[in-house]
Amino acid sequence: MTIIPPEELVPNDERFAFLTLARGRLRGQKLFAAGAIVLLIIIVMALLAPWITPYPQDAQGGVDPVNSLLAPSAQHWFGTDQVGRDVYTRVVFGARTSLLIVFSVLSLSVLIGVTLGVIAGYAGGWIRDVVMRVTDVFLAFPALLLSLALCIVLQPDLKTAILAITVTWWPWYTRLAAGVAASISGRAYMDAVRALGISPARAVFRHVLPNSLTPVIVQLSLDAGGIILTAAALSFLGLGAQEPTAEWGLMVSQGQDLFTTAYWVALFPGLAILVAAFAFNMLGEGMRTALDPRRGFTS
Amino acid sequence: MTADLLRADGVTLSYAKRAVVHDVSLELPKGPTGVALVGESGSGKTTVARALLGMIEPTSGRVMFGEMDVSQFSRSERAEYRRTVQPVFQDGTEALDPRMTVGKALAEALSVSPDAHLRGAARASRVSELLDDVGLDGGIVDRLPHQISGGQRQRVCIARALAVRPKVLLLDEPTSALDVTVQAKILDLLRRLQHEHSLTYLLITHNLAIVESLCSYTAVMFAGRVVEQGPTREVLLSPSHPYTASLIAALPRMGGQIPTAVGRADVGFAESGCSFRMRCPIAIDACLASPELASIGGRHVSCFRANDVNGDPSIVNSKEVTP
Repeated sequence: MTIIPPEELVPNDERFAFLTLARGRLRGQKLFAAGAIVLLIIIVMALLAPWITPYPQDAQGGVDPVNSLLAPSAQHWFGTDQVGRDVYTRVVFGARTSLLIVFSVLSLSVLIGVTLGVIAGYAGGWIRDVVMRVTDVFLAFPALLLSLALCIVLQPDLKTAILAITVTWWPWYTRLAAGVAASISGRAYMDAVRALGISPARAVFRHVLPNSLTPVIVQLSLDAGGIILTAAALSFLGLGAQEPTAEWGLMVSQGQDLFTTAYWVALFPGLAILVAAFAFNMLGEGMRTALDPRRGFTS
Repeated sequence: MTADLLRADGVTLSYAKRAVVHDVSLELPKGPTGVALVGESGSGKTTVARALLGMIEPTSGRVMFGEMDVSQFSRSERAEYRRTVQPVFQDGTEALDPRMTVGKALAEALSVSPDAHLRGAARASRVSELLDDVGLDGGIVDRLPHQISGGQRQRVCIARALAVRPKVLLLDEPTSALDVTVQAKILDLLRRLQHEHSLTYLLITHNLAIVESLCSYTAVMFAGRVVEQGPTREVLLSPSHPYTASLIAALPRMGGQIPTAVGRADVGFAESGCSFRMRCPIAIDACLASPELASIGGRHVSCFRANDVNGDPSIVNSKEVTP
């Protein structure tokens, strides 16, 4: 997840000894380290946006037509756009929007997807069948088309974009969690739990869920980059965040016609999308390698 | 009122219309005592145990808990049954939640035990009593399963089972994942607990060496059927079924010859007639029919030639031509 710093992902607590083990492995991973550092910088910049940008009012509807389309300079590092707003300021504030979208979509997807998934995977039988068929229905639509359709039907704005992306994202977590939960359900310690007569609710939330989280955490960091791209695509098509929100995809779309004359309007938000999505992917790949069971990870 | 705590009554289990356990009847009397279920891998021992635990429902036949049919339980009866019958699995690494400390695992078991009302210091003292019972130090409560040894894990599993004050323990290969020295200690522990808590054991194993010390009664399974059952000393010292005889003949002995496999272990079992006949060195034409589990002396044997085996394990080494 985007705003959890890597230190918190691998807490030094006995119950998370598996993560301590993972940390030992992550330490040797340049990929993970690079992704984590870049993300940390993005997160800090997003948090400190009003204090580290020269024209914070430009991110909240301020315009300055006199200074429109200025090339990058000492006053405007990334230049200005058609209505004279500082592109650097808006790129930094855009990180807030992207992180908000990623965090919201992933939280909602995990909340819905993993909960349904572990219940389905543990319960098995008809409950699993029903849940899995429902996810199949959602997965049957091409993800981006479904998101687009939802944004068109509903009022296009940031909240709608979050909702629309979540709708296409949660079923993957249900599938993942159901598979993991089903395999955990067959382990001897779950037989012991059932033989004691522990309630199914407790069995799911105290035993199955904590033991299912490792693959989910890896999937989260792998997915975050994709969500940034999807959100940018929606905004680019005018179906996501709306003016005057600072959002990278929206900024690229506004700059595309000017690319030959004022390349900076589209280039810098475009680079921001690239860097953020790439950083998340590096983080995810690093975690996947570190937690790969084939490397002898047992716990 | 029967004296048996738990009883399998003609239990048959089928998967995809194929019986993997066929008409098994077993009685687990009040403790301290033990019943061993021996046989090779795939003979259906563990499946019988799972049926006795109520984890799978017999295709036909019944599992009786006292006077009640396990499949017909009400909620409170099931809870009572859960507290009476507890499993201990082969591998403590698998049988403990890797994310749960020893203390939490025991506390969880206590939460469904007759001691569920205990709080604070009283609960902590019950936890240390349980640990003490299985020979573990109280300091282990904060440890995770992977931070303790295999023997300690198996002791924790036993303590967890004891937490609900059971009367029956189903021990599924309780020592086969352990070192030989650790095995001996766990066996000592099991023997002591059996008497201190008047426990009835159902011991599932293919290690005949540990049977006698824990179990006074033994049932031998082959291909899903009980082929011989009776008092352990009789069954193991003077087998009446050629399969039992071959199991005993296959035991390695220090300084002795390396035992040769009896019959052809690779041929599996026959689908009709006596299931052992394809591997049996003394099979005759009559074995094309199914032998009944018949009473001979103090035991039950299903073999047409039981009287010829009659306590002589060496008969399986005879060179009689198989039909």
